[in-house]
Amino acid sequence: MLSRTASQLYWMSRYLERAENLVRMLDVTHSLSLLPQSRGATTELAAPLAVTGSLDAYHAKHDKLAAEQLFNFMALDLDNPTSVLSCLKFARENAHAVRGQITSEMWEAINATWLEAKEMPKRGIPSVSAFFDWVKERSHLFRGATYGTLQRNDAYCFIRLGTFIERADNTARLLDVKSQLIAPAQPSLMPVDAPAESAPDFYAWSALLRSLSAFEAYHAAYRDALDGRRVTELLILRPDVPRSLRACCDEIRAILPQIEAGIGAQDAGRDVKKLAGKLAIQIEYGSVDEILALGLHEWLTGFLQRSARISEAVREAYLEAT
Amino acid sequence: MHALTLPANGHYDEMLLQSGAIRPHYQPFASWLHAQTPEALAKKRAEADLLFHKVGITFAVYGDEAGAERLIPFDTVPRIVPSSEWQMLEAGLRQRVTALNRFLWDIYHEHEIIKAGLMPAEQVFANAQYQPAMQGLDLPHGIYAHITGVDLIRHSDGGYYVLEDNLRVPSGVSYMLENRKMMMRLFPELFARYQVAPVAHYPTLLLNTLRHASTADNPTVVVLTPGPFNSAYFEHAFLAQQMGVELVEGQDLFVKDDYLYMRTTVGPQRVDVIYRRIDDAFLDPLAFRADSMLGVPGLLSVYKRGNVILANAIGTGVADDKSIYPYVPDMIRFYLGEEPILHNVPTWQCRKPEDLDHVLTHMADLVVKEVHGAGGYGMLVGPASTAAEVADFRERVRANPSNYIAQPTLCLSSCPTFVDSGIAPRHIDLRPFVLSGREISMVAGGLTRVALKQGSLVVNSSQGGGTKDTWILEGQA
Repeated sequence: MLSRTASQLYWMSRYLERAENLVRMLDVTHSLSLLPQSRGATTELAAPLAVTGSLDAYHAKHDKLAAEQLFNFMALDLDNPTSVLSCLKFARENAHAVRGQITSEMWEAINATWLEAKEMPKRGIPSVSAFFDWVKERSHLFRGATYGTLQRNDAYCFIRLGTFIERADNTARLLDVKSQLIAPAQPSLMPVDAPAESAPDFYAWSALLRSLSAFEAYHAAYRDALDGRRVTELLILRPDVPRSLRACCDEIRAILPQIEAGIGAQDAGRDVKKLAGKLAIQIEYGSVDEILALGLHEWLTGFLQRSARISEAVREAYLEAT
Repeated sequence: MHALTLPANGHYDEMLLQSGAIRPHYQPFASWLHAQTPEALAKKRAEADLLFHKVGITFAVYGDEAGAERLIPFDTVPRIVPSSEWQMLEAGLRQRVTALNRFLWDIYHEHEIIKAGLMPAEQVFANAQYQPAMQGLDLPHGIYAHITGVDLIRHSDGGYYVLEDNLRVPSGVSYMLENRKMMMRLFPELFARYQVAPVAHYPTLLLNTLRHASTADNPTVVVLTPGPFNSAYFEHAFLAQQMGVELVEGQDLFVKDDYLYMRTTVGPQRVDVIYRRIDDAFLDPLAFRADSMLGVPGLLSVYKRGNVILANAIGTGVADDKSIYPYVPDMIRFYLGEEPILHNVPTWQCRKPEDLDHVLTHMADLVVKEVHGAGGYGMLVGPASTAAEVADFRERVRANPSNYIAQPTLCLSSCPTFVDSGIAPRHIDLRPFVLSGREISMVAGGLTRVALKQGSLVVNSSQGGGTKDTWILEGQA
């Protein structure tokens, strides 16, 4: 496969995954900002800006942090390259460049999404919740079309690789920002059998879980009240939760050997396979005590650095080959 | 129900006889049409628009600052061609394209046609499309134009005439294929009433033609596109996908040790055949336009060593130039010893003093074109122009006569077409695609373009033209 094609397939799916995760994060922000006793409503609103690194860009455009401006900026503002609509636009542009490599069902799903999305800044959206649901639906549709129609070849691998590299990054960032907002103190300080946490914390953790579609999984796994320690374990270490770091790293590790490659020293993907393998094993045999002993924020910072190295190695091995 | 009307001025209508009666090959369609309600047909048209948008069959319009992608309007009344007419057209196209390839070989080798006194040397060698780099280069099977799109019109005498030969990078074949898919989806019942020759195997024929263009074993074929912002990008991607080959841009290719490679996820891979959708001037910044970012530095030297095949070859434009066009019937006689089956439109060459006089005197009745123009730009349609426009163009021709040719105002045939007020006759042309490999192959079909403005004779999509599905009938007279 052409390196450029691989790169465009990979970025197409990264941008789409990013749009979906952004919407998930905005959804949490939205539901928390509706809570009357929500502490530090402005910090809550600042979270999506912090995660996407667009605080400065926001303040260049808007004076104060207010819910409506924030949603406009993060969801519909095409001048903001990190907005949901910008992600959908980039995803569609990449798809356009590789439409020969994807099926017509996939192309139609992503093209129709963009055609509808680009009218939204003018036409407006019925409600933010409806917009969030719509983006998630369109992302599911594209993933379903990919799963159901695309030949299991390198194109499929690069698309999936993009999905899981982006998802691992996004889950880690979301967990990092949210855990700092909810419990600036270490989650390890909260004993498992302590009395139920304060109501705002309950809502905050449940909103985080819901945004990662992991609320039901939490209850199935623990059948107990929400606490930060278990949420951390669920979102980092559980292999059966599709948006957990463990699940993403397992996928990345499994996808890489399926990409066509030379043998031994001829394999351009050796480095990236090694890095992905080491990270997956570290998480597979990791424990929540270890993570909390280091500090969740410190651990996640380390994880993000390693996943950035993997993404860099993917680029060197496959996407910019000479 | 649906009133069918004849075109003005005695133009030939594809569906109606002069008496207003339906031509026999359109009768099954007409009886079907009369059983449809206008509402049902309008719904089908809306469905077609939606589907084309969703599939993204769009083209970018040059000069449109927003870079908007537009749909080429699609008309749901098919252009139907009886099989006897197609047999004649096919024989004529084979003959014409064969002669054009022989001509290209000749002018890049021994120049026999010039030595025989049939064509002035300056017509060829001073032509901007003539590529000196091609002189003496031998191409496999002597094929220069692997893909040719020949524009045909039907005149008021009922005969077909060749308007122009497109030997560079003719486009539009994807619309031929997608229009058929759309018609089969919208009106399956019509395909039970007609035996329509299939066109869907065109990509297979194209791939075979491209493979045969190379002498390499199991050659690697790619489609070279200028990129997603090109007006025909949809078609480039479509053809690459249908053939199962890579769609590459110049940046994906590089030259090393006299061979051409593409950058892939498993390292460099040799490329043997390029179906290029880029003009000559942009192919190689080292040999042609140095500012081109679209091509591949060093490509020409690989090409001249015979290590890569370009389809079409470099320098084919000299044979479809409007100044060369008048000589094509002579080429057929000279190279093949045959009488031309397809006729040229009578053409005055303004570089000849006696022709220039005629053109300047009768300009208001003529169509005057720049010899190197394309896409309906740089031309004057005399009868449709104001006196001031004619006078202005007369000065332009007088200033540089050899830059212009003129033809009688053609009576392009019409075909009933959906318009705002119902169904009305609109003028059409026909572009079949001819593939030249070890032998000539083509699908029975082509792209029918339709001028959607009343009375307009300009069918180009860049100037408001639309398309129709073209049905070549099988097994009927």
